[in-house]
Amino acid sequence: MFTSKKSTPRHQESRRRFLRTMALFFGVIGTSLATIFPAFAKSRLRPPGAIEEGEFLASCIKCGQCVQVCPVQAIDLADIDEGMGIGVPYIDARSQACDFSCDAVQCILACPTGSLSPTVSKKEDVRMGLARVARLEACLAYHGQGFKGQARGPHFQGLLRYAEIDRWKPIPVKDYPEDRELCDLCVCRCPIEKAISLRPVEGGKGMKPVIHEACVGCGVCEMICPVEPTVIVIDERKTWETA
Amino acid sequence: MKGNFEALAVMFGKEPIKPKRITEQAIKIHKDKRELAITPETIAKIKQELKNARQGNYSKKWRNRRWTALISINLLFTLSFWIDIQLFEGSMIASRVLGFHMADVYSALQVVLAYKIMFINLAIGTITVFFIWIFLGGRAFCSWVCPYHLFAEWTERIHIKLVEKKWVKDHPFHRGVRTIFWIVFSILAFILGYALFNSINPVGIVSRALIYGPSLAILWVVMLLLFEIFYSRRAWCRYVCPMGLTYGITGALSPLQVTYHLPDCQHEGACRVVCEVPHVLECVKKSRAKEVTVDIGTDCTLCGACVDVCPTSSLRFEIKGLSYLT
Repeated sequence: MFTSKKSTPRHQESRRRFLRTMALFFGVIGTSLATIFPAFAKSRLRPPGAIEEGEFLASCIKCGQCVQVCPVQAIDLADIDEGMGIGVPYIDARSQACDFSCDAVQCILACPTGSLSPTVSKKEDVRMGLARVARLEACLAYHGQGFKGQARGPHFQGLLRYAEIDRWKPIPVKDYPEDRELCDLCVCRCPIEKAISLRPVEGGKGMKPVIHEACVGCGVCEMICPVEPTVIVIDERKTWETA
Repeated sequence: MKGNFEALAVMFGKEPIKPKRITEQAIKIHKDKRELAITPETIAKIKQELKNARQGNYSKKWRNRRWTALISINLLFTLSFWIDIQLFEGSMIASRVLGFHMADVYSALQVVLAYKIMFINLAIGTITVFFIWIFLGGRAFCSWVCPYHLFAEWTERIHIKLVEKKWVKDHPFHRGVRTIFWIVFSILAFILGYALFNSINPVGIVSRALIYGPSLAILWVVMLLLFEIFYSRRAWCRYVCPMGLTYGITGALSPLQVTYHLPDCQHEGACRVVCEVPHVLECVKKSRAKEVTVDIGTDCTLCGACVDVCPTSSLRFEIKGLSYLT
């Protein structure tokens, strides 16, 4: 009986192996391309010094050294649900803001790839975004109210450095009960001078927070705001030019 | 030396071929061995040795040393973060080890191709790592340091057991596909402006999870391990990982290697049974060794499984030109 060369068992196996290998190739490449597609992934607050978002994503090697050096562990690494950003650092300011406890922007110094730009050397030069009063109607100061107690309740894990307690060491927010006659936590806890202040509301009895040009977008005001959900939020990467 | 053109070509995917020229001493040994009568006892002994190799019944000296090193290194990364001892900061992809910058060579290449700029600290780290593995044997990174490798070794045991019971079958791929992966991932990084490989690299995912806590991305690693258990033995390390290939190229100049000694070898092939990359052990087949001692090729991960399993000590670690390691 005539058998063509192509139907020998050896040939069949080699053909099957070729097809398998093609499947493996497209499977792996396809999966890796799929990590790009959740482009609708939420935009995130990046650590101090982060360069333009596209370049940031391109240059970050996903090593996590910025996570390690942060004294308040403000930085997290994005998971698979963040699409293109998997493994890159971000800050969830509401649960732990960057309060510059390290003083010398340690994350920037730790970054090996320049994703966090070394041109930024002090906290006043950082531009992560801008604070914005999102829910003025819920603001305690706006209604002339004060605040007494733990700013974020007894279960909040976040840390903050209080200069009047320890100039060098951040402590848990829940260990430092506040007592303000008129709630001004966003102003008095802000680590940047002249970034935020309270101004009288025209025609009202209360005051309202106003953001100034010095704001670096660190997110301490968002973290400390005792109202749930927060009155004040950070618009990541926003600048006064784009505002 | 681990690398010569043939060894590199085999690493890139070429099928190993019979050597064209064999030295006279080697020819004589091959001939003597062919003329040696094979007794039923020898056959029984060889069969038993092969069975032992498959079931993992052999000395674990080098494996234990290797696991100690691998676990210690990864533990130092984890503890540096957890209890802040600050010795190994960062992860397997890029770190500062005792203050020295380190960066994985292929991950750094991805970043440079994507970003088109190489930051000085990254360059220092990459060059440091490159030279470390020139001296320490390239793919020794894989078996002595890489955390994914350890998990893959454990699941490989399951795979082998299932194969013995005939519940699953190993499906080999063409090894050349790893070279194609290396090239395609590099091109994609350049075109997309995004280090695509770094986001699916199981080494980075496992290392970050060990240090910074579990992530959903671990699901991808679990999928790969299941694939290796039920479909193809050690698939990622053998056929995909461009990091491993990069270290293989790095190790081509390395003095640290496994060396094969022809005279005492019984050619039963136990070493090929336990090897992660059996194509580097082509020379142990009957009449294949081209010299009395042969340098094992650069795709070898220096895991030492063959050194452990060999009943005649025909495979040994060597610092080329210096000494044999015991």
